[in-house]
Amino acid sequence: MEALILTIIATSIPLLLAAIGELIAEKSGVLNLGVEGMMLSGAVGALGAVLWLENPYYGIVAGALSGIIIASIFSVFTINFMTNQVATGLGLTIFATGLTGLAGAPLVGKTIPSLPKIEIFLLSDIPVIGNILFKQDFVAYLSIAIIIFISFFLKYSKPGIILRAVGDDHESAHSVGYPVKKIRWYATCFGGMCAGIGGAYIPLVLTPHWSEGMTAGRGWIALALVVFASWIPWRIIVGALIFGGITIAQLVGQARGWPIPSQLLSMMPYLATIIALTMISGRLSKNNSVIPSSLGKPFFGSQ
Amino acid sequence: MRNIVILLGVLVIGAVGFLFYQDKSEIPVAEKETSVTKVGFVYLTTPGDHGWTYAHELGKQMVEKRFGKDVKVSVVENVPEGPDATRVIRELAKGGNEIIFTTSFGYMDPTLKVAKEFPDVKFEHITGYKRSKNVATGNIRFYEGRYIQGVVAGLMTKTNKIGYIGAYPIAEVIMGINAFAQGLRSVNQDATISVIWANTWYDPVKEADSAKVHIAEGADILAQHTDSPAMLQIAEKEGALGFGQSTDMSAFAPKAQLFASINNWGPYYIKKIEELRNGKWNTGDGPDHWAGNVWGGLKSDMLIISKFQNMPDEVAQKAQEALDGIKTGKINIFAGPLIDNTGKEIIPAGKALDDGALWGMNYYLQGVDGKVPG
Repeated sequence: MEALILTIIATSIPLLLAAIGELIAEKSGVLNLGVEGMMLSGAVGALGAVLWLENPYYGIVAGALSGIIIASIFSVFTINFMTNQVATGLGLTIFATGLTGLAGAPLVGKTIPSLPKIEIFLLSDIPVIGNILFKQDFVAYLSIAIIIFISFFLKYSKPGIILRAVGDDHESAHSVGYPVKKIRWYATCFGGMCAGIGGAYIPLVLTPHWSEGMTAGRGWIALALVVFASWIPWRIIVGALIFGGITIAQLVGQARGWPIPSQLLSMMPYLATIIALTMISGRLSKNNSVIPSSLGKPFFGSQ
Repeated sequence: MRNIVILLGVLVIGAVGFLFYQDKSEIPVAEKETSVTKVGFVYLTTPGDHGWTYAHELGKQMVEKRFGKDVKVSVVENVPEGPDATRVIRELAKGGNEIIFTTSFGYMDPTLKVAKEFPDVKFEHITGYKRSKNVATGNIRFYEGRYIQGVVAGLMTKTNKIGYIGAYPIAEVIMGINAFAQGLRSVNQDATISVIWANTWYDPVKEADSAKVHIAEGADILAQHTDSPAMLQIAEKEGALGFGQSTDMSAFAPKAQLFASINNWGPYYIKKIEELRNGKWNTGDGPDHWAGNVWGGLKSDMLIISKFQNMPDEVAQKAQEALDGIKTGKINIFAGPLIDNTGKEIIPAGKALDDGALWGMNYYLQGVDGKVPG
């Protein structure tokens, strides 16, 4: 059982990271559908860095940087040149799939050391919980720290409130003097960084090799996860664990011969997202602050 | 001003990227040279998968080595199964290729469709079962390797639980599981196989997750019918053992790989191209409903077994005996009595399943847990 829970957590972490990054971008009004592409870049960047520098921690940095680079390309087009965000995001994923294939070609067939587990003093000795919660790798702790930070950042800090204002009504935010484009640049790059680290986690911990398209659609699940969490940070943890849990449950179900078709379980994350979306739009009449109102709309102002 | 600088930056990056980009999928212009045979290949992914497509790439390289300047090979990578495949195959045919190898099951109908439009071009469809006047099929008896895997697994397992990861519940994969079970039960009646269907040929993370679940459920030997080396890497990390798929994966799992069944397409490609050059190309005999034209295994070297490793000498010896037995025909993997895992007799003693029956398999034999989905 313990091994299964650890597997669920490991599967959830890339989703969690990519989703919290996308949440920040969307809160600022930028819908970046390039998450899958940024994750792939993070994965290939991390693997290359670890092969070169032989230290898995550089992989995290390289993954973050690769994600930021791809996010910057997206920002140039959508924020500076005001292109359509949906089309650009989709294009970016297709572009990144090809680019990472090209960049990853020399890495094929090589394997790297995994990210070590860090035991937290004393806490890791608690039976059961210690093994599950306090014997994780650096990225796992980092992702929880990011979620906690973002929760407070969005709710209580001034920059966080400005970010939300930009996402909710960029015209007003602009007229009060906030630099809409600059803030969106930062938010998108933060999203790229998180997605990059999330992607990096795949070769660093889950499967320590490079293979083309190895994220296999997890970027899209992360996008669904943001909606599922209705743009509330802590719900992303719950959502990621549910999505990860369902993924593992359908495998366990098969191994143990549960009489549930595995396809039905594979479908669940998406079904849950649709239900969440329906519930959100049902509530919209009463409270329309859930979805950032300027989400996906280009801003035509000067800065 | 700032926007212009950014735009210039993007253009420079783009230009540099363009310079480095080499278009491998270039489709040649139609021109006919005497004695040069133009050969086309359609790949499902890129050789970077280090599995299925990589094995085809090695076969293609053998063709180039064997014929040198006498063949001109064009490859199109990353072709999705479906309408895109039809377009790509048609372009290759238009480009003057005389023989075209389409290397995935899902290219079956697109290949037949294009073949009708180009009656003079020869087509070789890999792993399919439909043929026509100018479409032949080629396949490997993968299941022979899986029998040997079963023998090794049966002798090496301590928990008597084998974890098997399948791609899709199609006859190709099911006959592999059943062959594995036959090998397993030939040495160990207590061990059982538990199957997880990944519902994908290729998703390293899902394959890794499936491997982890198998290990958490008590399996100590893993086998896979999916394409990436992820399963073996997990085995390596968790101290379990397993088998490489399509290519030798020992680089990924030096302590965990017991051996790999390696797909060797080269001899088949060479044979077919040679036949074409001599005017002897044909679509073979045999009933149309099973992959009949070329279906080679260990005996014809289309399937190769890599070095036996990470096992005691006695086990390696048993494995070698099984290998020799299949090669000489002494072992018939699907010889009766065959009983399925619900106790129903499939075929009595003294008889054996023929090739056609293998392609109709939709049941598990004794030794496999659960039932075939769908």
